[in-house]
Amino acid sequence: MMSELLDRLVRDFGVTDITERPPAITTLKVSKENGERLIRELRDREGFTHLNFIACTDWIEDGIFRLIYMLHNYDSKQNLGVHIDIKRDHAEMTSIHTLWAQAWTYQRELREMYGIHFPGSPRLEEDFCLEGWDAMPPMRRDFDTAKYSAERFGHREGRVSLVPRDHMKVQLYPNRGGDES
Amino acid sequence: MTLVTGHSAALDFAQPDPVDLSSGKYVKLWQGPQHPGITGNMSLELVLDGDTIIECKTHVGYLHRGFEKLMEQRTFIQNFTVVCRIAVPEPAFNEYLYAAAIEAISGVQSPPRAQWLRTLNLEMMRLASFLMWIGGQGGAFGQYTVANWSLTYRDYVLDLFEEMTGARIYHMYMVPGGVRAGLPAGFEKRILKLMDDTDKLLDQIERVMYNNVVFKARAKGLGVITREMVDPYGVVGPNARASGFRRDLRKDEPYLVYDQLDFNVISGSAGDAYERAYLRLQETRQSVNLIRQVIAGAPSDGPFQADMPNLLHWKVPAGETYVKAECTRGEYGYYMVTDGTEIVRRVHVRGPSYTHAIALMERLAVGTNIADIAGLMVSLHTYPPEIER
Repeated sequence: MMSELLDRLVRDFGVTDITERPPAITTLKVSKENGERLIRELRDREGFTHLNFIACTDWIEDGIFRLIYMLHNYDSKQNLGVHIDIKRDHAEMTSIHTLWAQAWTYQRELREMYGIHFPGSPRLEEDFCLEGWDAMPPMRRDFDTAKYSAERFGHREGRVSLVPRDHMKVQLYPNRGGDES
Repeated sequence: MTLVTGHSAALDFAQPDPVDLSSGKYVKLWQGPQHPGITGNMSLELVLDGDTIIECKTHVGYLHRGFEKLMEQRTFIQNFTVVCRIAVPEPAFNEYLYAAAIEAISGVQSPPRAQWLRTLNLEMMRLASFLMWIGGQGGAFGQYTVANWSLTYRDYVLDLFEEMTGARIYHMYMVPGGVRAGLPAGFEKRILKLMDDTDKLLDQIERVMYNNVVFKARAKGLGVITREMVDPYGVVGPNARASGFRRDLRKDEPYLVYDQLDFNVISGSAGDAYERAYLRLQETRQSVNLIRQVIAGAPSDGPFQADMPNLLHWKVPAGETYVKAECTRGEYGYYMVTDGTEIVRRVHVRGPSYTHAIALMERLAVGTNIADIAGLMVSLHTYPPEIER
């Protein structure tokens, strides 16, 4: 059943990189141009009526944001993750706010946290979590939290900032974790 | 301005025209972030025509601590002190799902005893959370006696959490590969005694709260979620079940030992605040019953932790997964991407409040009397921290 669907998606939408992942999801990749049309098709014709979430992973080394639209079919119990890569320096994607009511909230958050634009999405420019934020979108990999904090709030006498993973290895467990492998 | 109501409106997500506040006909009112009738630190920006709400906007961010960003800078094991803080009244689901996501990617299998103990921990968490919710729902309609009763019993459950895990709220009990400890001596006897007492408490609460004429009058017909709204608005858990859907991840996509337990998915039909409240009372009783079953079925010996690599240097293989569980509010999920290093590449936490407290709440609030907004909000059972992460 799922393989028939996937064959058709390859043929009609040019999907690639179909991967089965434990415990029970299938991911596939589709172009930015076919993304909205594919998601609409999955919802309207294939029973994927539930949008679990929309998320983004920043692959800064490849110059892309990977959007993931996680969809679920309540009848067949199938979970499908749709990957869409967009360029970091032209971060824009077609809005799906007409498909699910919560989609525009996700898009609003992605605009704030990654700087991705979804033309036409309602209230896109309204602050989500970060009131009056004027720096780089903070979930981008090149946003340096320690540097931002030092510049924004300044140094306070007696305060020391440590990298958590180094602190645990080298200072808390010098004989077990330091430079051992 | 036209109020959007009825069946055909379920798919109409168009934003209403802004209200002309300068006309002097309307009042803007902020409910929260500091207000006894708000569920946690969030706020509702309300526009009133008389005492009827004609516009609602949910504002979050008061609890934003950048958990997902933090997780990208710490080792896998260090994140256990972070994930449990994402949903304060229900930290255990975060622990379980974070551990389950790592296990799914790395191929680690937790031993059977650990799976029973995890199930016990999650059902205790469900019971504690529902008891807290009953207090909130009662309080929102002026029934503070019920709130005092149920919150006292929640504390008794926290006593048992302290015995089992060493902590009352943030347990950090479920770790990759299993759990940190077995049950202390005599624990089974004490928890079964508490379950018997809880049954009696729930009977009292049903008599005092659910049969109360004021509660019925105010909750019935309030915040109706129609069947047609459920999928377009991403409604899950008791909010969807009260509208007639028999959907429960514990049955539909069983995890841990739920396929070995005897229970049915409870559903309703009216889809209003009273139906949701009554359904949650039934699910609280169901949770008590499941705890008894887990105590009866859990192995008393055997390993509770799989062999694991040195956690200080653990490099989880590159991969991607999405794991989910049925928390008290419905589908709770962790999406995880790893790149083969000792740091997680991306974690996205999917909490049911994300849609219940924003898209759904903003829709249901329109047309509601201002006096009922707190009751409506609690009836959706939302936790702001899981929205902001």
